[in-house]
Amino acid sequence: MEQLLNDFSVGLFFWQTILFVVLLFLLRKFAWKPILNAVNEREDSIKSALDSAEDAKREMAKLKSTNEDLLNEARGERDAMLKDARDMKDKIVAEAKVTANEQADRIVAEARESIQHEKMAAITELKNQVAILSIEIAEKILKEELSSADKQKTIIDNVVKDINLN
Amino acid sequence: MLISPFALFANHHEDKAEHNEEEVAHHEEVVVELTEAEKKAAKRKAYIKHHLQDSYDFTIWQAKGIGFPLPVILWDEGLHLFSSSKFHHGETVAESKGNFYKLYHGKIYKTDAEGTISYDEHHHPTNAKPLDFSITKNVLTIMLVGLLIFFVFKRFAKSYSNNLVPRKGGKFLEPLVLFVRDEIAIPNIGKKHYRKYMSYLLTVFFFIWFLNLAGMTPLGIGVTNNIAVTFGLALITFLITQFTSKKDYWGHIFWMPGVPVPMKFVLAPIELLGVFIKPFALMIRLYANMTAGHIVLMSLIGLLYVFTNWFAKGAFLGLTLFLSIIELLVAFLQAYIFTMLTALYFGGAVAEHDDH
Repeated sequence: MEQLLNDFSVGLFFWQTILFVVLLFLLRKFAWKPILNAVNEREDSIKSALDSAEDAKREMAKLKSTNEDLLNEARGERDAMLKDARDMKDKIVAEAKVTANEQADRIVAEARESIQHEKMAAITELKNQVAILSIEIAEKILKEELSSADKQKTIIDNVVKDINLN
Repeated sequence: MLISPFALFANHHEDKAEHNEEEVAHHEEVVVELTEAEKKAAKRKAYIKHHLQDSYDFTIWQAKGIGFPLPVILWDEGLHLFSSSKFHHGETVAESKGNFYKLYHGKIYKTDAEGTISYDEHHHPTNAKPLDFSITKNVLTIMLVGLLIFFVFKRFAKSYSNNLVPRKGGKFLEPLVLFVRDEIAIPNIGKKHYRKYMSYLLTVFFFIWFLNLAGMTPLGIGVTNNIAVTFGLALITFLITQFTSKKDYWGHIFWMPGVPVPMKFVLAPIELLGVFIKPFALMIRLYANMTAGHIVLMSLIGLLYVFTNWFAKGAFLGLTLFLSIIELLVAFLQAYIFTMLTALYFGGAVAEHDDH
């Protein structure tokens, strides 16, 4: 202990303390503060990057589920639309059928009417032709009958005979 | 407290000059009686001691006398400033402004013009010692290592200015800085208070580590195996602990909660003593570890010269290499332990005890 105290150098202690304190303040200003700040800043940025990555992941998951929902909705809509279209088609077809039937019936009825009409016209024509023919025949017969004076005299006689003088 | 013994030395035994001369004679007699081997051993011992000690000149190669003198600054009723080359390694008396100084066993004593040194019965010089603020080898080393640390970390800090990812040397230094923060500061002090202590913890860690490593060089600049240096560091830790402490800290010292009242009176002096023992232990631990490591290493190197057997030389060479590697580890470990315990004391000073 005595040796230790004897070896103790006041000058060395003095310089060591001063130099150390100076070094401490210089390093604090020029080294430790910038270094620790940079390290902290980097750690913060890493942390925030990780956080934002986590957020992005969560966002993605959310988006994915939204997409799923949208898809499902779209699928449902498509199905509904298809069903509507099918119904519409059935309806249209049914309506068309009905309309066609009606049209056909009408046409058939009209045709029938027309035929009837034509038939009647033809019958009338035929009747007229027959009448004309009958008149012509009668005319020819008459002309034949009245071609000679004797015949005319006979006829007049018959007629005169028939006329009763009342 | 630690300075007073010097003053005692200075004023003691001035009237026992004759007795001291006898002592010197006796001492020299003993030296003569030594055998050749013993002389060699004594020389080696002196060499090791000298190597570990602070000195007034910077020795690069002791055997060849290569080195350079350093400025001596003394305060002895006025400022004395002269080059240490004036001492001629203790062979001559240096004169400055009418006062005479002599270097004796690595210490400067005030003497007369002839350089007379008087001794007490333990063969300790009784001459007055001037207040010594010399730029010694250790002070110069602290300056150089301090500058090195400053420029290394300033550069490292600058590399962050345009991107947040460390480059080059920063890749090596950043994990160490983070180690101090995440393994030393936060676990011991807590997330709430650790920030204000970071500058001190980082500085003390790298300061001790770099100085320990500098001490591993063969230049003999073991700054941290000097009690004055470790005392300075421990003192700063002590002061920061006391001045940043919270009410709870003092409450736990003077009025320990959760124990019966008589126990409180018993614990108070023990706790108060602990306040001083903690930094004292810091001081002794670093000093003793570094000194012991250097002594063991140098002794092993000394043994290389003692043994003439080549097998033994090889074995000791291997052992020296092995211990050098251990010492490299110890250099880091002691810096870590000092910083870690410092953080622990800071943690105690700012701890908030919710359970009481």
